[in-house]
Amino acid sequence: MAKMEIKIGGFGGQGVILSGYIIGRAASIYDNKYATMIQAFGPEARGSSTSAQLIVSDEPVAYPYITAPNLMVLMSQEAYTKFSGELVSGGTLITDEELVTPHNLRNDIKHYSIPAARFAEELGKRMVSNIVMMGFTTAITKIIGEKAMGEAVKVSVPKGTEKLNHLAFVKGLEYGRKLVE
Amino acid sequence: MADDVLYTVEAGVPQNPIEDLLRMDRIPHIWCPGCGIGSTVNCFIRGLQASGLDLDKVAVVSGIGCTGRVAGYLKLDSFHTTHGRAIPFATGLKLANPELKVVVYSGDGDLIAIGGNHFIHAARRNMDMTVILINNMIYGMTGGQVAPTTPISATASTMPHGNYEPAFNLPHLAESCGAVYVARWTTFHVRHIIKSVKEALLKKGFSFIEIFASCPTLYSRRNKLGDGLDQMIYFQENSEIKNGADTKSVGVDFQGKIIVGKFVDIERPVYHEAMYGHLKEKYGEEYMPSDEIKEFISGQNGD
Amino acid sequence: MQDESGVLTGAHFIDGDHACSEGAIAAGCRFVAGYPITPSTEVVERIAERFPFVGGVFIQMEDEIASSIAIQGAVWAGKKAMTVTSGPGFSLMMEHIGYAAMTETPCVFVNVQRAGPSTGLPTMPAQGDMMQARWGSHGDYGIIALCPNSPQECFDFTIKAFNLAEQFRVPVMLMMDECVGHMIERVVIPPPNEIKVFKRRYYRGKKKDFLPFKPEKDLVPPMIKAGDGYRFHVTGLTHDEKGYPSMTVGTQAKLVTRLSDKLKVNEDKIIEYREDGVESAELIVITYGITSRTAIPAIEQARKEGMKIGHLRLITAWPFPAKRIHELASKVKAFVVPELNLGQMVYEVERHAGSGVKVEPVSHAGGTVHDPKEIYTAIHRLMKG
Repeated sequence: MAKMEIKIGGFGGQGVILSGYIIGRAASIYDNKYATMIQAFGPEARGSSTSAQLIVSDEPVAYPYITAPNLMVLMSQEAYTKFSGELVSGGTLITDEELVTPHNLRNDIKHYSIPAARFAEELGKRMVSNIVMMGFTTAITKIIGEKAMGEAVKVSVPKGTEKLNHLAFVKGLEYGRKLVE
Repeated sequence: MADDVLYTVEAGVPQNPIEDLLRMDRIPHIWCPGCGIGSTVNCFIRGLQASGLDLDKVAVVSGIGCTGRVAGYLKLDSFHTTHGRAIPFATGLKLANPELKVVVYSGDGDLIAIGGNHFIHAARRNMDMTVILINNMIYGMTGGQVAPTTPISATASTMPHGNYEPAFNLPHLAESCGAVYVARWTTFHVRHIIKSVKEALLKKGFSFIEIFASCPTLYSRRNKLGDGLDQMIYFQENSEIKNGADTKSVGVDFQGKIIVGKFVDIERPVYHEAMYGHLKEKYGEEYMPSDEIKEFISGQNGD
Repeated sequence: MQDESGVLTGAHFIDGDHACSEGAIAAGCRFVAGYPITPSTEVVERIAERFPFVGGVFIQMEDEIASSIAIQGAVWAGKKAMTVTSGPGFSLMMEHIGYAAMTETPCVFVNVQRAGPSTGLPTMPAQGDMMQARWGSHGDYGIIALCPNSPQECFDFTIKAFNLAEQFRVPVMLMMDECVGHMIERVVIPPPNEIKVFKRRYYRGKKKDFLPFKPEKDLVPPMIKAGDGYRFHVTGLTHDEKGYPSMTVGTQAKLVTRLSDKLKVNEDKIIEYREDGVESAELIVITYGITSRTAIPAIEQARKEGMKIGHLRLITAWPFPAKRIHELASKVKAFVVPELNLGQMVYEVERHAGSGVKVEPVSHAGGTVHDPKEIYTAIHRLMKG
């Protein structure tokens, strides 16, 4: 992996920004890579469409914005409609199986999906669905080491929720591993 | 009335008793003959001397204007800041080192027009400072323009046809915003001013003294009110002392009656103590106040 | 003790705004006054969160005017202090930048630039305040302005800003922008003993007949503070070495010339820039802040195609490295100056480059950063055209 341009999309409150933050933190603090994350700021209200974008690279990142995303993690239908067209040919698209119906799915990309929200509910808290997603993304893309991601999850989630989030991460990771094996 | 004797001048001593607190190398001052500001400075120094405060720990902050020059004549740590901003400067000074007794000494235009926003917020916060406002009802330094304290019907260079803007009732404004000490005098009331200055300096929190002073050059003359002495006679004949008066009722009309006195003297948590108390209660030993705040507050508590 | 306690030694994944807060704490800043304004608010939010545990005092003032003078009160009571804002607030602070310059109050102004004029684009980047930073207050004076391009530099340069402010008794401006302020990257905070912090230079001599504004050899007078028994006077009026107002042509000339000269004679200690491949270059791209990153893909592309392109990045926009630009002007055929404004620092380049070299701005009205293609196109045109 030389350079990954990553976009994460969903609606406010799904932990979209935190997901991007975890990937960046894992890469730059625990995995000897460079990561640059840009926060899109706007007067949008909670519950509306939101996205995080970041670049993970083996080299220092000069230009900070993503221009040709090769990985997208989309957690809402709106995000799918809005963003999936931007993915480069040959890129990887990851969606929540039950929240996104991939209409007119492009055939020049790789698509993986996981019922992350349902898994999270089964674990007891829908809120950790983004962490299930992160586990899944780690297994599918291998952009960052599992250990680094696990560590970043642990230190980035609210205090007292580490255990639940760890379970969520492992759930996504194992589901992903089975899929790519 | 022996109680009223706050100072005595010893016979045979040639020096003026306030000289120690004046930068004599800057005298003569710039104020016009008959101007009331100088008298207030005299009263302020005597009140300060009577307070017994450590003079090395007193800082005076002024804004811009005739009264804004006061800081420059006082032999204390003194700051002549920008127009209207003496109060926020004083806020920084006080919060950085609460051991300092901070006095803001400025005019009506400076503190209430351009600086009005800072005045109301410092009073709301109960920032620990004494604000002495000299109200000559006009902009003196710039040549007699209308002020937010100019009474209706008075004439000013930018109200040449007579003023039709209502004036602020400053004691009422100060009290509404949360000042814990509010007094008003005129330059006729020298002994009362001295006493109020002493009280205000020793009062914790936002204390406010308004002093009506004559501006013979630009207010009295333009309004055909005579000179400084005539204005002093007006103050004498039209003032009424009403301590504890409802500040709502103390507005002043053109050449009308001036209600003077101490109107407000209450207790309310002071900003830096409230900050310290809150954070200490919430975080205990984890809270690390600045050395200056810690020393000052533990000094006050006697521990 | 309390100066060291707050340093968050370690590697962090944080944005430029938060890195700036940490830099201030590491530099020994213990008083911050601010007023909320996007995109700078995160700086004061973090300060508000952290200060109770490191011996600091934060106050949210009623406006930016109040914030920019409250910090100066705190400085004269002995604190290192800063305020933080963005475009509209920066405009309101101009008078107090002049006051700090005139009274030689060491303090730091952080401006996380957004697109203007007026309310403009509150959540989007620009570099439109570069001339305002230099010339925004009335009269003649000098300031220092630093331009970070990453969260790491927001940390490093905030410390540098405090050090320069203390060393030369001038207001120092940290000219961030929305992109750098909201960009999250790895920031390494060294242990406190590895952070160079310039301690305030206090006067230690006799109190009698002391002249608080009498400069030392480097044209900078030592500081004093309130409460120490000096009974000194500070004024924004033209003043003599005693600090007393002295409204004469002679005092004005002496004071204002020194305020400007103290930066000129110390220029070599202040001016900083980074160069890459300028010695053999035929064309040099001159950048600062975020533009120093967006220009890199363009420079790399041109080099790949065999063009000899140099890169000079301003760390201090002010003072401007006039001598260096003048020197390089005789060696190259063109300077390309991309900026997130319609041409500001490019004037300074033109002024010092002289007429023998082409100076080409790559202007952008702000709202986002340059597309590197725009910079490449200018390079290509000048090299091949």
